[in-house]
Amino acid sequence: MSSASHSNETSTGIPHGKLGIWLFLASEIMLFATLFTTYIVLRVAAPQWPRGWDVLNVPLATLNTFILITSSVTMVMAYAKAYMKDRAGFNKYMLLTLAFGGAFLVVKSFEYGAKFSHHLYPSTSIFFSIYYVTTGLHCLHVIGGLVVNAWLLWWAKENFEHPLFVGRVEYSGLYWHFVDVVWIFLFPALYLL
Amino acid sequence: MSAKNHHNDGHHGDFWSTYVFSLDHKVIGLQYFFASMVFLLFGFSLIMLLRWQWAFPMKPIPLIGWLLPESLAPGGVMVPEFFNQIGAMHGTIMVFLGIVPLGVGAFGNYVLPLQIGAPDMAFPRLNMMSFWTFLPGGLLMLCSFFLPGGAAQSGWTSYPPLSVINPGQTMWLVSMVLIITSSLLGSINFIVTTLNMRAPGMTLARMPIFVWGQFVTAVLLLLAFPPLEAAAILQLADRVLHTSFFMPSGLVISGEVAKWAGGGQPLLWQHLFWFLAHPEVYVLILPAMGIVAEIIANNTRKPLHGYKEIVGSMVFIGVLSFMVWAHHMFLSGMSPKISNFFLVTTLIISVPSVAVLTCLVFSLKGGSIRFTTPMLFALAFLPMFGIGGLTGLPLGLTVTDIYLHDTLYVIGHFHYVVVTGSLLALFAGVYFWFPKWFGRHMNDALGKVHFWTTLICMNGIFFPMFIQGLAGVQRRLYDPTAQLHNVSTQGMNVVSSTFAWLLFLAQLPFIWNFFYSIFKGRKAESNPWEATTLDWACPSPPPHGNFDKPPKCYRGPYEYSVPGKKTDWSPQHVEAA
Repeated sequence: MSSASHSNETSTGIPHGKLGIWLFLASEIMLFATLFTTYIVLRVAAPQWPRGWDVLNVPLATLNTFILITSSVTMVMAYAKAYMKDRAGFNKYMLLTLAFGGAFLVVKSFEYGAKFSHHLYPSTSIFFSIYYVTTGLHCLHVIGGLVVNAWLLWWAKENFEHPLFVGRVEYSGLYWHFVDVVWIFLFPALYLL
Repeated sequence: MSAKNHHNDGHHGDFWSTYVFSLDHKVIGLQYFFASMVFLLFGFSLIMLLRWQWAFPMKPIPLIGWLLPESLAPGGVMVPEFFNQIGAMHGTIMVFLGIVPLGVGAFGNYVLPLQIGAPDMAFPRLNMMSFWTFLPGGLLMLCSFFLPGGAAQSGWTSYPPLSVINPGQTMWLVSMVLIITSSLLGSINFIVTTLNMRAPGMTLARMPIFVWGQFVTAVLLLLAFPPLEAAAILQLADRVLHTSFFMPSGLVISGEVAKWAGGGQPLLWQHLFWFLAHPEVYVLILPAMGIVAEIIANNTRKPLHGYKEIVGSMVFIGVLSFMVWAHHMFLSGMSPKISNFFLVTTLIISVPSVAVLTCLVFSLKGGSIRFTTPMLFALAFLPMFGIGGLTGLPLGLTVTDIYLHDTLYVIGHFHYVVVTGSLLALFAGVYFWFPKWFGRHMNDALGKVHFWTTLICMNGIFFPMFIQGLAGVQRRLYDPTAQLHNVSTQGMNVVSSTFAWLLFLAQLPFIWNFFYSIFKGRKAESNPWEATTLDWACPSPPPHGNFDKPPKCYRGPYEYSVPGKKTDWSPQHVEAA
């Protein structure tokens, strides 16, 4: 990619990738802000609104919150190890990040499954419309992050010394933290408020 | 950077990687150019069909009526469902597949890196992906005509609950998600390229107006499109998963209680849609303003009047365009306090637009104007965009909008902005940069024929709409003569339609000129217009990597007729010019 020969000679001094990922996150913020706006507008207008803890599984979601926050910690560790050129450490923490991300999805799928078995579908009510679509889009973002991280793990086998490698881990990490932050907003909005 | 060691190369004469999945911003720019031109022609053809129904309601379409299938036009007379499909698809295609990809995808991709002295975009692979999400999105949109139920038929604005119930909408939403994704990839690329890939000496204050226009446009696309993407996903969910984001409680369709759970809000969609679609108006016009500024500076042979004012106004337009959206919804029902807020912001945003236009008009004063074909188009842009802008003021005022809303007056207004404004400027850009793209000139005489016929026809189409709108003719009427008060202005529909069909004939010289000139046109050197900006410092057409050696920038973009210089232009890249 072009950034290979230009990353240290950009007009602003900021690498292309770093500028790019922040711009991407800005657009992502607009995307999720729209979903939260939808949630607020519809909830304010609703004659009654179910209490999240009555219809959703708070213990499972709390567990998921811890899993995702932990995965953010391991992501930072993976970046730190990549930065310090510690290949084994990077592999370990990246695998842990993937494992925690996968665990989040497994827990989430149990939650969805339990809802389906009680015949609670996206079409059931406006609350479940919002619940399924927002958490579903969030899950897609988690999957996207897992794919990128898995690719980085594979790419590192041959390219651990590549000049772009540390930067790419950092950008993937920024995205992963963003996905984490979205959940930290979704969790209270849907389950606790 | 020489062509040989250019890192994006990977081209070894392979057809697929050179012309199809190219990473070169110039090839991608041309891909966008040809694709959007075809979409424009398709969208235009649709409306030529519709204009027959408006001029001669319920009469069989002549010449090509028999080609249409029985389901759409039995006996050559189009059915209302087909009329609605045309209306919705014309708007969608012209805005999202025509003007925006032409102004941003084609001109932005090709010219922006050249003007800042960059060898390519910051993310060439992302650039390629952007085109290859755009094209499938566009083709899906066209293919939706062939699906059972046909294409979307709820207007380009797709207001629910109608759009959630009507057939054809699912395909519209899917292709919109693809087009928006493409746009987001592109806008990230444009912003990073503009900020990071400038040649040494190319400070922000030395960037050409065109680059500024593209930069502000990219920021608008980046921040305004995600809300529509989210809204499209929610509407898609309403259709596919039967959620009820936009479906209100107690909805009854054809005498039956709707199957949606309810609790949603149709108005929410309107807010989310216009939160994109008003900035989108500026996405349509800012690249056009940039093109016109380049051409006017070059053909008046003097510096632009008020470079800083134009840049400041463009940035101000960009910021403010996020705060005016609800003026599209004055009649949808909102608190007068809110509509007053949007009234005020709407009137304020006309100030920077007028400032840009005034600067461009003042730039003409004292110039020794070269009346080249691109200059004619650029000059015509000024009064035409002026009419388009000024006729918008009564729509921004809540009181007058109550009467004018949803009439042909609105159609006349925004077509003056987008067609005689943006599209004329884009034509100007084609004639201006054609020598750079293909190393040959377009024929000037044919260009002038194209210019005058196009200008007259466009006015002939859209000016009657103001009168009809003031007379109370609604937009989106299948048969205008079905309402008695429309009959008195029905003759104007015939005038409008005739000019629409003539406009098609007026494009034939352009199409012929374009393709003939690619192969047989007069040869052009690297700087045929004696211009100052960096896009004219590289060979025509530029090789991979664009510049023979990385350029340096020594001065502002429009140093024409500098006293004491031998030539009347001082290029940005020449140290002692």
